[in-house]
Amino acid sequence: MSSNQSSVSRDQLSAEGQRSAVSGQPSTANRQHFTGRTICPGLASGEALITSMGISFFGGVDAETGMIVEKGHELEGQCVAGKVLVFPTGKGSTVGSYTLYRLSRAGKSPAAIINSECETITAVGCIISEIPCIDQIPIQQLSSGMKLIVDGEQGTVEIVKADV
Amino acid sequence: MKLSLEERSMLAGEQGKATQKAMQILAALGTIYGAARMIPVASVQIAGVSYDNLGEAGLDWLSEMADGGGKSRVLATLNPAGMDIENWQALGIPADFAAQQIRVIEAFARMGVTTTCTCTPYLSGNLPHFGEHLAWAESSAVCFANSVIGARTNREGGPSALAAALTGRTPAYGLHLDENRRPGVTVEVQGRGDRGVRGTWFFGALGKAIGIKLEALETKPVPYIRGIEAASLEELKAFCASIATYGGAALFHIPGITPEAAQYAPPAETILVTQADLDAALASMNDASPEEVDFVSLGCPHLSIAEIARIAELLAGKTIAKEFWITTSRPVKHIADRMGYTAIIEASGAKFAVDTCCVVAPIRGRFHALATDSGKACYYAYAKNKLKTRLLPFDDVVREAVSSEQ
Repeated sequence: MSSNQSSVSRDQLSAEGQRSAVSGQPSTANRQHFTGRTICPGLASGEALITSMGISFFGGVDAETGMIVEKGHELEGQCVAGKVLVFPTGKGSTVGSYTLYRLSRAGKSPAAIINSECETITAVGCIISEIPCIDQIPIQQLSSGMKLIVDGEQGTVEIVKADV
Repeated sequence: MKLSLEERSMLAGEQGKATQKAMQILAALGTIYGAARMIPVASVQIAGVSYDNLGEAGLDWLSEMADGGGKSRVLATLNPAGMDIENWQALGIPADFAAQQIRVIEAFARMGVTTTCTCTPYLSGNLPHFGEHLAWAESSAVCFANSVIGARTNREGGPSALAAALTGRTPAYGLHLDENRRPGVTVEVQGRGDRGVRGTWFFGALGKAIGIKLEALETKPVPYIRGIEAASLEELKAFCASIATYGGAALFHIPGITPEAAQYAPPAETILVTQADLDAALASMNDASPEEVDFVSLGCPHLSIAEIARIAELLAGKTIAKEFWITTSRPVKHIADRMGYTAIIEASGAKFAVDTCCVVAPIRGRFHALATDSGKACYYAYAKNKLKTRLLPFDDVVREAVSSEQ
């Protein structure tokens, strides 16, 4: 249940940089990773898209294009497709679970989702859409543009490439 | 979270793809809410039935679950659909909508779900008893089952309720546990209603007045409500719908009326609901003039047979002047047929809208203002369909539909 962080610095990570994104390899001491809780299993990697605001999938994200359309949202105008979408927690209507499913059907869903605290709408949406999801991750230590590997089986997030 | 051998088998996919998905949903919810284990459920009530709410994605997912071999393991019943399954043409439902709605119902039927299509499962063959664990969606029915019956259910969403049906289980958290059913605030009802007229509309207004006060509290306590000495089945049904809509309440206690109230002393923290609060709630749901009303509906939640008998009494020999929907479940409609109420009501020009209601049917843009006795219907009339509303006593709603020359 607790989040661990290796003591490695960002600079060391950047130097290490070129690691190939092969999955399932054991972590080495030189890689920064966090352990949280598995919400939905599965393995994915992608570029982080992060916000400190909650996301309402129903009404807040266009189900056909993956664009965030909520007025005034700090990610308004950005596209979630293929990204590792990082946000504190979900909000809004429970129909939002089906928005994630529609995104997935349209090929516009996030590659993975990372939350501080997951809730029902996001959890159910990820499971029915088979989007790897983990929570209880200190998301303030991640930033947009980082290349992340999300292992939904182990409940881990690994920063592969931190220079953004 | 501790899973049994059977539950682990479901999660591993040994019992089919749909059952696996269902168990994944429940395991994730159990993890999020800190459940120690799964518990068997006696019955399930599934929401997310109207195609107007589900859309193509929801239908796709239901079809995928049915194709994946999902089969309900317990009695599972359905919320209202977007139309009368047998008589949708008379209600002006577009044919393409009807075709998609029928595919939704068929997907549920393939999974062994009983396609009742009602928000009052407890009046239509899904009546739990005290202390039973359930997985119900439909906020008004959840509130009724917990509060009036003393059964135990969280407020499920469409997918989590279906997941409970396909596995026969739900994670043990929230209102399944004794400690979360304790009242946290006393609500002292001091208002007496408008000139002493009670009835469903009064309980709709009371539900809103209490609901908005509960909604303002950060801790979302279970209310212990004093000042209500008596309430009929119909009044409780209306109250549950309203307090769930406006306050998110899934459980309340009323001493002398609900079965768990006697276990508790009134909590020290107290909220007053005054006549002014009730008047404000009533006024907020009465922004339409009588002339503006072009749509009249009774049956949110679905009507009991006693309510339909009363409508027949009031409509006998009359002709209605406004579109008037009478919404109920199929079993209750069958009793109305046998009793001759249907013939009297339909002779007036009023329409039965069975399996559906004015909240979930695709009526946007068809009307300007709704007259109803339901606090919940007022909320969704505006939120979903941008209708003005008139909240009236039950008998007055019927009179509103009848032309003024009579």
